[in-house]
Amino acid sequence: MGDHHHGPAKGLSRWLYTTNHKDIGTMYLWFSFAMFLLGGAFAMVIRAELFQPGMQLVEPGFFNQMTTLHGLVMVFGAIMPSFVGLANWLIPMMIGAPDMALPRMNNWSFWILPPAFLMLASTLLMEGGAPAFGWTFYAPLSTTYAPPSVTFFIFAIHILGVSSIMGSINIIATVMNMRAPGMTYMKMPLFVWTWLITAFLLVAVMPVLAGAVTMMLMDIHFGTSFFSAAGGGDPVLFQHIFWFFGHPEVYIIILPAFGVISQIIPAFSRKPLFGYASMVYATAGIAILSFVVWAHHMYTVGMPVAGELFFMYATMLIAVPTGVKVFNWVTTMWRGAMTFETPMLFSIGFLVLFTIGGFTGLMLSIAPADFQYHDTYFVVAHFHYVMVAGAVFSMTAAIYFWLPKWTGRMYNETMGKVHFWVSFIGFNVTFFPQHFVGLAGMPRRIPDYALQFADFNMMSSIGAFIYGASQLLFLYNVIAAIVAGEKVSDEKVWDGAEGLEWTLPSPPPYHTFETPPKIEEQPAH
Amino acid sequence: MSSAETSSEYEKYYVPESSSLAVRATIGLVLSVFGGGLVLNEMTFGGTHDTGGAAKWVLFAGLAMFIATLTYWFRTTIKENKAGMNSSQLSNSYVLGMFWFIFSEVMFFAAFFGTLLYVRWLAGPWLAGEGEGGRMNFLLWEGFEYTWPPVTTPQEVVGGAMSQPIANNGAFVSQHTSMSFADAQAWYAWLPLWNTIILLTSSVTCEFAHRGLSQGNIKKFEAWLAVTVALAIIFLFLQAAEYYEAYELFGLTLNSGIYGSTFFMLTGFHGFHVAMGMTMLLIQLIRSVRNKHMTSTDHFGFSASSWYWHFVDVVWVFLFIFVYII
Repeated sequence: MGDHHHGPAKGLSRWLYTTNHKDIGTMYLWFSFAMFLLGGAFAMVIRAELFQPGMQLVEPGFFNQMTTLHGLVMVFGAIMPSFVGLANWLIPMMIGAPDMALPRMNNWSFWILPPAFLMLASTLLMEGGAPAFGWTFYAPLSTTYAPPSVTFFIFAIHILGVSSIMGSINIIATVMNMRAPGMTYMKMPLFVWTWLITAFLLVAVMPVLAGAVTMMLMDIHFGTSFFSAAGGGDPVLFQHIFWFFGHPEVYIIILPAFGVISQIIPAFSRKPLFGYASMVYATAGIAILSFVVWAHHMYTVGMPVAGELFFMYATMLIAVPTGVKVFNWVTTMWRGAMTFETPMLFSIGFLVLFTIGGFTGLMLSIAPADFQYHDTYFVVAHFHYVMVAGAVFSMTAAIYFWLPKWTGRMYNETMGKVHFWVSFIGFNVTFFPQHFVGLAGMPRRIPDYALQFADFNMMSSIGAFIYGASQLLFLYNVIAAIVAGEKVSDEKVWDGAEGLEWTLPSPPPYHTFETPPKIEEQPAH
Repeated sequence: MSSAETSSEYEKYYVPESSSLAVRATIGLVLSVFGGGLVLNEMTFGGTHDTGGAAKWVLFAGLAMFIATLTYWFRTTIKENKAGMNSSQLSNSYVLGMFWFIFSEVMFFAAFFGTLLYVRWLAGPWLAGEGEGGRMNFLLWEGFEYTWPPVTTPQEVVGGAMSQPIANNGAFVSQHTSMSFADAQAWYAWLPLWNTIILLTSSVTCEFAHRGLSQGNIKKFEAWLAVTVALAIIFLFLQAAEYYEAYELFGLTLNSGIYGSTFFMLTGFHGFHVAMGMTMLLIQLIRSVRNKHMTSTDHFGFSASSWYWHFVDVVWVFLFIFVYII
C-alpha cells in the first residue's frame, strides 16, 4: 500500500493484470471500437446486398446471419461496453474516488468479454452457420429451427450477462460508497446519476435475459417445452421474457448517452445545466416506466385488447420525462455563450436526431397504427435514429470531449468537424429514406425487395457507405491525437467545462484522488 | 455509507496493484462454457458434432481451473482482511456487492416464476380455446382441456408428435401423478411439506448462529451453524429423493410438457442455489473451527452467506406456494 505513486507495469501484463480504472476504461473503449468496426462491416454486407433489388452478393441464409450478428455485436459489443468504458474512466474522477470499488472484479468484467465475442464470431465458421434468427432470437426460430451453433450463442449471452452484472454492481458500489466527503447525491454530475440508474436497470434485467436463454437451452437439449405449444408452453412467452429484458435494455443504452449530453451541452453553452433536479427525476422516471412497457414490441402477436391499451398508454407516458430532458437541454443552450467545437456539434446532432427518433417512437407506440408499421423498415429507421444518432453520436461526442483530458493531447479540430458533417449527412441519407420505404410496406430482415423500393434503398446504401467510411476518419483522428496531437497545457481543456475531472492534470496521473478532494459548496455539475 | 464518510475519511482505500486472478478465472470460465457447449451439441446433434470425447475434458479442465481460481481469490481477500488492509469503507463495498448480487439472483428467479404464472393464467387457458387468445384452438389443439396440474399435453390430445399440425419439436408425455398436494397420498408422505419445515427451521438456526456470533459466543455460533448445514444437507437429500420419485414412480420428467419443464426448472435452480448456500455456510464453519476466523465484529463471510441462505429460503416459500400448493 503505502504512499508510492508509481505508474503502470510494463508490457502486456499491464493490461492483462490491471486493476486500474483508467486502464480498464481504455480497454473497454478500444474493444468496443473494434466491435463497432466488426458490426459495421456486417452492416456494409447488408447494405451492399440491398443496393439493388434481386439477389446480389450473398445467400439469403448468410444475409440473415449478417442481420443477426450486426444487431448482437452492435448492442452487446459496441454500444454497451463503450459506455462501461466511459463509466470506468470518468465515474471515479467525477466523484473523487481513488478507483472503482471492486478493482479486481472490474478487470474480470472486462476480460470475459473478448472471448465471449470470439466464441460468437466463431459460429460463422461452424457447421450450419451462425445464428440467423435476428438479434431478438424469437422462439421457435431460435429453438426448433436453430442451427447447432445456437448453443455457443446462448453461452456467449450468458457470459455477456455475467460481465454486465459484475460491471453494474461495481458501478453501484462505487457511486454509493466511494463519493468524496461532501459529494452528496444531488451534487453528482448527471453522467454519474444516469449511470447509477443504468446499472440498477442492468442488474434487474440481465438475469432475466439469462433466464430466457437458459430456457432456450433446455428446450433445445433437454426436451422441455417452455416455448412449444405442443407441450403446453408458448412461443409468445419467449417474446414477453425477451422484451421484459429488451425494453429496459433500450434505456440501458440511451441513459448514459443522456448523461454525456448533459455534461457537454452546459460546457459549450457556458451555463449550468438547466433543471438539474428535474433531469435526475426524469431519468428515474424513464427507468421505472421501462419495466411496464415491454409488450409494445409485440402489438401484432395477438394480445388481449386490454393489454394493447395498457402498453400503449404506458409507452406514451415515457414521452413526458424524455420531453423534460429535451426541453432542459434546449433551455440550457438558450442565451448561452455557445461555441461549436466537435463534441458540441455531435451533441446538437444527437439532440435533433434523437428527437426525431423519439417522435417516430411515439408513432410506433400507437397500437392500431403499429399494425401497419410493425416489422417494416420504419422500425429499422426509428431505432437507428435512437441507437446511432442517439447512443453512438453521444459516445463520439464523449470521446472528442474527454480525449484531451485522458491523453493530454488535442485531436485535429478541423478533421473532427469534417467527421461530424460527413457522419451527420451519411447517417441521414442512410436512414431517413427508410422511413418512407417502411411506411410503404417494405419488410425488414429480407434480402430482396419489390422494385418500387429500389431508389430509396440505393440511397440508403450509399449513405451507409459514407457513414461507415467516416468512422475510419474518426479512428485516424484519435490515433493521430494520441501519437502526435498538440499537447494540452490546461487542466480544464474546455473553458466552460465543470466538474472534478477537470481539476486534474491532463493527462491525469495513473492514480488520482488517493486522498479525497474537498468538495466546494458550489454544485459540481 | 454514513459510517464511511465519518470514520474513514483519512483511511486509505485498498486498491490492489495488479492481479492475475481475473485472467485465470476468465480462462476457466471460457473453457467451461466452450467445453459445455461441445458436450451438449455432441449429445443433441450427434454425428456431425462429434469431438471424439474430447469435449468433456475441455469442460472438466475449465471447471477445475475456474473453481481453483475462485477458491484462491477468496483466500486472497480473506488474507487481505486479516492483514488489516480493509478499511471500513472497503468492507462496505463488499456489503453492497453482496446485496446487489442477491438482487440479481432474485430477478433470475423472477424470470422462471413469471414463466410459471404466464403459462398457468394465460397461455394454458388460451391453448384450450378460452378468451381472446383461444380462437385458433379448433385448428391446432382441438379437444385440449386446461387444468393445473395438466393431465395431458396438447400434443397427446391430437394424437402424438407425428400428428400435430405445427412443427414437431419433441415428444411431450404427461406425468400420471403430479407433485402438488392434491396428488399426495397422505400429508406425512408429501416430501415438499417436510422440505418446507426443514428449510424454514434452518433459517431460524442460522439466525441463532448469527446471534451467538454477535454475542462473541463462538461455541454457540459453531453449534447452530453446524445444525444449519446439516439441515441443508437433509433438504438436498430429500430433494434428490423427490426427483427419484418423480422420474421412477410418477412419470414426471423434463419431457412432461410445461408442468415438468417449470417444475424441474424452478426446483432445480433452487436446489442448485441451496447447494451453493450450503457450501458457503460450510466454508464459514470450517474457517471458524479450524482457523478461528470469526469474531463478533469481523465476520463478513458469514454475514454474506447467511443473507444468501435467507434468500434461498424465501425463494422456497414462493416455490412451495406456487409450484406445490396452488
